[in-house]
Amino acid sequence: MNLEWVGNNIELIGELTLAHLWLTLLPTALGLALSIPLGYLAFTHRRSYPAIVGGSSLFYTIPSLALFILLPKLLGTKVLDPMNVVVALVFYTVALLVRIVADSLASVSPDAVFAAEGMGFTRLQTFFKVQLPIAIPAILSGLRVVVVSNISIVTMAAVIGITQLGTLFTMGFTRRMFVPIIVGLVVCLLLALFLDRILVLLGKIMTPWSQKGAL
Amino acid sequence: MGIVDWLSDPANWSGAGSIPYQIMIHLVYSLVALAIAAAIAIPLGTYVGHTGKGENFIMGSANAMRALPTLGLLILLVLVIAPTISSNLAFVIPSLIVLVLLAVPPILSGLASGIRAIDRSVIDAARGMGFSTAQIVTRVELPCALPLALSGIRGATLQVVSTATVAAYVSLDGLGRFIIDGRAGNDYAQMAGGSLVLALLAILLETVFAFVGVVAISPGLSRRLRETPPVLGALPRAKKLG
Repeated sequence: MNLEWVGNNIELIGELTLAHLWLTLLPTALGLALSIPLGYLAFTHRRSYPAIVGGSSLFYTIPSLALFILLPKLLGTKVLDPMNVVVALVFYTVALLVRIVADSLASVSPDAVFAAEGMGFTRLQTFFKVQLPIAIPAILSGLRVVVVSNISIVTMAAVIGITQLGTLFTMGFTRRMFVPIIVGLVVCLLLALFLDRILVLLGKIMTPWSQKGAL
Repeated sequence: MGIVDWLSDPANWSGAGSIPYQIMIHLVYSLVALAIAAAIAIPLGTYVGHTGKGENFIMGSANAMRALPTLGLLILLVLVIAPTISSNLAFVIPSLIVLVLLAVPPILSGLASGIRAIDRSVIDAARGMGFSTAQIVTRVELPCALPLALSGIRGATLQVVSTATVAAYVSLDGLGRFIIDGRAGNDYAQMAGGSLVLALLAILLETVFAFVGVVAISPGLSRRLRETPPVLGALPRAKKLG
């Protein structure tokens, strides 16, 4: 074991971690932003549910590495463009979240919705003030799964040469060094743990009523 | 050369290293890994589902596995194992270990949660009818858990077929070969052609599973799933009786 390597390359590790964080968070946020309206559409128009949920889950079937490579053909980007990874992960995020958003909106008690309508809420107000907040815990638990698996999927892009924490694995392989690989694995796991905790905390802040045991 | 040219080049369709050959190798690795994973996960999942022991541990470790990057694990295992073995097995064994590790959690948690989700009264009824424990497991619990267990196996298959691609990174054959070799030789047509074949293979397997699900799942279960949920259906009837 050569721990000196960590000290000498701390800057590189930092840069790769930042790139990794960016490649994980940007598509997760975009995917969430897309999943909410799409999930709402699948919920309000039941006939579009199979097309939206089934269609997006088809993307989930495509292996990540294949998607990273095929997307440049569709987007007109270069193979090494990190944007391919972002778009691929947006697809995966939507594939997992759309179903959860649609189903959790459907499980909101109709009484709550009727009450909101009776109080004169517009459809938009009902959505943002009643349906979405009630659905938050379910959406959030889906988002936790998405973030954690996205962190792991991003590392795959190292195989085709896109720089992030996965680069430490390929570097370790070509140089026959253990330390970069172990550092990469540990940082990935810590990142997953850290983001997961943040999401749990965010959930507690956004659903203050769940703390009081009222629901 | 474009993707279509690469895919329609007859040279890519016969002999060692051709598309059919790599599909075969890819499927062999995947099937061996899935068979080993099933041999571990099915008995263990049945035990956990039947007894309820270790349920939290299993679900927790299934989640933790998701965070572990496969590529890193594979390369680490290759570096550890390669010096001790000289043959091709130095790469085959680490690849299989990683694929099995990926496949066990979804099968295990699908089967265990499928058994846990069975209405207790169904199992009590079976016992009341004089079923032995072994009969309850094989005739009630496993068939009832089949929908969730199958979706676990489906998830595992998809993961394994998708990840078997990285075996090419540590010099093994399989569909990942086209991606790695294409990348090394700056041959986009080969990379994209290989990716397209891989994507189609994954979609084909997904379709096969959807079909297996329709055929294998007991009609009693799938009918219940399609019509009104049992709780909603049962309540009004109970009221009429009273």
